[in-house]
Amino acid sequence: MSAAAPPAGASAAAAGASAAAAGASAAAPALDADRLSIAFGGLKAVTELSLRVPARGLHGLIGPNGAGKTTVFNLLTGVYRPDSGSIRLGGVRVDGLRPNQIARAGLARTFQNIRLFAELSVLDNVRVAAAVRARSGLLRTFLRTPLYVAEEAAILERARELLAILGIAHREDEQAKSLPYGDQRRLEIARALATEPRVLLLDEPVAGMNTQEKKAMRGLIQSLRERFDVAILLIEHDMGLVMDICEHITVLDHGVTIARGEPAAVQHDPAVIEAYLGVPDDGAAAPPGDAG
Amino acid sequence: MKTLAERAAAHRPALVRAVAGSAWPIAVGFAFAYLMQTALAPAVGDFYGKLMLDVGIAILVGVALNIVNGFAGQFSIGHAGFMAVGGYVAAGIVFYGSIKLWGSRDIHGGFLGPGELLLVAGCVIGGLVAALAGLLVGLPSLRVRGDYLAIVTLGFGEIVRVLLQQTDDVVMDPRAVEAASAWSLADNLGGALGFFGAPRYLDPKNPFWIWLFVMIVLLVAYRLKTSSKGRQLLAVRENEVAAEAVGVPTTRVKVSAFVLSAFFAGIGGGLYAHELGNSLRPADLGFQKSIDLVIIVVLGGMGSISGVVVAATALTILPEVFREFSEYRMIFYALALVLVMILRPQGLFGIRELWELGPWRRVFRRGAS
Repeated sequence: MSAAAPPAGASAAAAGASAAAAGASAAAPALDADRLSIAFGGLKAVTELSLRVPARGLHGLIGPNGAGKTTVFNLLTGVYRPDSGSIRLGGVRVDGLRPNQIARAGLARTFQNIRLFAELSVLDNVRVAAAVRARSGLLRTFLRTPLYVAEEAAILERARELLAILGIAHREDEQAKSLPYGDQRRLEIARALATEPRVLLLDEPVAGMNTQEKKAMRGLIQSLRERFDVAILLIEHDMGLVMDICEHITVLDHGVTIARGEPAAVQHDPAVIEAYLGVPDDGAAAPPGDAG
Repeated sequence: MKTLAERAAAHRPALVRAVAGSAWPIAVGFAFAYLMQTALAPAVGDFYGKLMLDVGIAILVGVALNIVNGFAGQFSIGHAGFMAVGGYVAAGIVFYGSIKLWGSRDIHGGFLGPGELLLVAGCVIGGLVAALAGLLVGLPSLRVRGDYLAIVTLGFGEIVRVLLQQTDDVVMDPRAVEAASAWSLADNLGGALGFFGAPRYLDPKNPFWIWLFVMIVLLVAYRLKTSSKGRQLLAVRENEVAAEAVGVPTTRVKVSAFVLSAFFAGIGGGLYAHELGNSLRPADLGFQKSIDLVIIVVLGGMGSISGVVVAATALTILPEVFREFSEYRMIFYALALVLVMILRPQGLFGIRELWELGPWRRVFRRGAS
């Protein structure tokens, strides 16, 4: 079925691979989402959302619970199809493609509720992702041709490098499900990076971590941009972290963008304060009868 | 960071080494099958010889089923249907082919003779037709999963069985066969009585082809499991959403698993149809047989090749050893299954191989990966 995928998918994937090899072009932003909207039945989950993350940019996406942040990630990664709007990766349109095609085109993500391949080893979790650009098919696999052998060696080497960078190399033989929580988050990031992305979406990377772990994760996230030449879009509830490391923040409430800009500006935006803390003073703005 | 293609270029192996690494297990497989034929078969006698044939076919089809149920995590309980497709196609080709080519349905030629080559061709074509059926069953697996997919495969097995029961009697008269076209003979497969009369090339003295195909399926399954393609299957089994997110085309991967698995199950069916002492009736390759196969995979370990080999061997030999209690066989099976589900739900070996367990683990730490 997916062998008969639309040619747009194949060319987008090819373009993504070659552009990643050549280094991101300065002209097009790494990620460019334009006026995305989606509704589930009558519920408008996301309305007219626009995001533009330049190459090596580090942007934040925040908002109260239920604001639609994870829905945005699901739109960008192709899990949901937007009702309207467009998504471009390095100038190439990817909306409407299947999630695996978008991953090939250079968009990787981690999950808020961790989704590792639980029974597989730590190493194999990363190797699955690192194989995304391998060309060997089933026949080459069965015959173990020189190309196959070379690709498998390259995949192994890259996976080990990533595990070393994320600091979990000593656990490569363990089953993913047996890792402590913080290391599972690191493994998710290693797996996402293994697909050679140009944009990395991190969904609450420090959720549930203690202060020390958060500090380490913050340093790691900042180092990724240079090291992997990747743009990062971050969903996070930890305001300290977001305000500290993001260059640009978009604030969502009920699927609507209520503010965007530099951290300092967003922090003092009355609409943002209202969304997080509710309406100040005597409640004059609240409609009558809604108070209980 | 270097791209994968750049890294791969640096790891390109020398051609001689690559060919040697690729070919030696194939050579070992041939040698093993040849030894089974020339050394073991004459030594063990007819009873154990026949038992070995059954063990071989159980391993072949069990490992094939493991590709779908174990590696890809898609639950099929209709795999005897693929065996039936392969078996009837192979039997039709060999039986009617023999008459058309050589004028009689008897065994033609000795070891590696023309008759056996016809048998192999029949089995491979049977496997290909079964693979086509696997494609048809695999396609709905895009939309249904879990219990619902199991019901689809169950329905497939039943459809095959009922269709075969509707076929006409086997044409035994050589002159009538020679007069008829191949197409019209496709409906003369024996109906509910079964396709009898196919030449029995595989007997206790002649197990070569069974073991050759067993070695091939073992090699294919092992190389699949330790490769990127195999890890894609395991990733689909573990978490489909995450697999998609790292670029695994999950639908294509699932359908490929079905096609590959059905191919080898079809070959197993073709061999089964030409084994001395087997009857090829639609009911013989029906639901009961499918369940026997599932039990082999579940007991051995979902995803463990060596586990399936052990389970297939044990579950073929034990009923013969305890022949006087044979009517209680399904009670023991069911009991064993219940106990395994309670004590070791992942099967005896789980996803691991024999050599990855216990003290061996250090020695073989990463296998051939």
